[in-house]
Amino acid sequence: MQWETIIGLEVHLQLATKSKIFSGSSTTFGAEPNTQASAVDLAMPGMLPVLNEQAVRYAVKFGLGIGAQISKRSVFDRKNYFYPDLPKGYQISQFDAPIVGKGSFEILMEDGSSRTIGITRAHLEEDAGKSLHEDFNDHTGIDLNRAGTPLLEIVSEPDIRSAAEAVAYLKALHSLVTYLGISDGNMAEGSMRCDVNISLRPIGSKTLGTRAEIKNVNSFRFVEKAIHHEFQRQADILEDGGKITQETRLYDADRDETRSMRSKEVANDYRYFPEPDLLPVVIDDIYIESIRESLPELPVEKRSRFTAQYGLGPYDANVLSDSRPLADYFETVAGECGDAKIAANWVQVELLGQLNRAGSAIEKCPVSATALGALISRILDKTISGKMAKQVFESMWNGEGAADDIIEARGLLQVSDTAAIDAIVDDVLSASAAQVQQYLDSDEAKRKKLVGFFVGQVMKLSKGQANPQMVNELLAKKLA
Amino acid sequence: MAIEQGEVEKIAELARIRISKEEIGDVTQRITEVLQMVDQLQAVDTRDIEPMANPLDATQRLRPDEVTQSNRRDAFQAIAPAVENGLYLVPKVIE
Repeated sequence: MQWETIIGLEVHLQLATKSKIFSGSSTTFGAEPNTQASAVDLAMPGMLPVLNEQAVRYAVKFGLGIGAQISKRSVFDRKNYFYPDLPKGYQISQFDAPIVGKGSFEILMEDGSSRTIGITRAHLEEDAGKSLHEDFNDHTGIDLNRAGTPLLEIVSEPDIRSAAEAVAYLKALHSLVTYLGISDGNMAEGSMRCDVNISLRPIGSKTLGTRAEIKNVNSFRFVEKAIHHEFQRQADILEDGGKITQETRLYDADRDETRSMRSKEVANDYRYFPEPDLLPVVIDDIYIESIRESLPELPVEKRSRFTAQYGLGPYDANVLSDSRPLADYFETVAGECGDAKIAANWVQVELLGQLNRAGSAIEKCPVSATALGALISRILDKTISGKMAKQVFESMWNGEGAADDIIEARGLLQVSDTAAIDAIVDDVLSASAAQVQQYLDSDEAKRKKLVGFFVGQVMKLSKGQANPQMVNELLAKKLA
Repeated sequence: MAIEQGEVEKIAELARIRISKEEIGDVTQRITEVLQMVDQLQAVDTRDIEPMANPLDATQRLRPDEVTQSNRRDAFQAIAPAVENGLYLVPKVIE
């Protein structure tokens, strides 16, 4: 049977606040264990949460970024479960009155097609601490530095149909939240964590099948692998006439498999109720509008501007607008050299290629955008060839200076001086009397080959610096 | 509305409360009495009434995003039953 995959994603996004959502502890990543856990984070008796305004602001910013309804009144609830890295025995979250309601945003696939994915809701909550199961024989070690870090849980509609779309969705989301500046989006440090809800149904069916939730998929690549694996597992069960159990599964990247995680006695029964320690959060239009005015140009807007203003294709525009630093870099290069298409090509091929090989990021790029623009200008004014420019770029990358200095120091200037090339051509022709005679005796087809020989000799004598177009023109004239 | 003994056992398990065999009948009876009071409340027409999240007629005060807490790990860990390398130790939890 042909199956259709139905996927919904829940993304837990750590917000880039300095302090925690309900306490004044620092949220800096990588501190010594439990040095950033205050009495509130430790759930000491009598401690009360006080909500961080910046977390509310960031949530509203996200909501406006996806064109969602912002709730002027939202409520915090207690989600009850027992786990040692959750000292209170409940997580403060939002249940039926989340701060961000329905919205949507567009994702772009590699073939240039686009799709709109619905967002069901986004709500504020606190992160839990970390449990370390290794290193202690009969014990688990608990680090509560992360407890209370603000999270925005972003829940998508079941609109995603393939692993590739899931990855495109996460990339678009990553791009959006880093543009908005509400999160660093660092997946390796857990700033963006993803749960995947997946079910299958026969193609053409309208009803949804039973879903499994896969937790702990924390890189774009793992999302893709986990979905492929889970699709196969469910298809095998269904084709054998079996039934899918609704359950939580854990993705194990080392074994590339998912396995059942929670036993049924703790099946999702969180007994939500309104958090009595917090009052309803009320925000007004003035607050929302002031945030709306602070929104930057968003990835989708930038992408369509790149297409319209610079004549880029949708895929190129998407790559170049992926992050604000990259987009700004590209625009500076294009402005400096005056040719957006060549600038786009250089940034995508040479620059991103080098950054990838070096495992570096655009923010740490050793070649500035103005310096790269100046190099491209030298191709455009025919000072050097594109091939030489790549060598010069390598040297610039290695910190050998500006394009013009390297070109001069290495004597790479392309010779476009007619008299100089004329002299070299004459030298070559007089030194190759036999080939010249052969040329004159040959037919049109053979002559082309022999011209190649003369061009090669001229380039050799000029150390590759003669303008090839001029060499060809001069040879044609002199051999006529 | 009455509640079954099995439901009480399940809620007790979720809340990590131990209720002995001798007590369970009595507890079930008392919860049923509370639910009967809820039944009376359910009869009130609440169509035009906004659900109440908090009895105080006030809204949440927000605090500025500033780090105000310093590291007090030594003081907190001095009263913890078991610590090692800065971590709180708990009985092994396996998923």
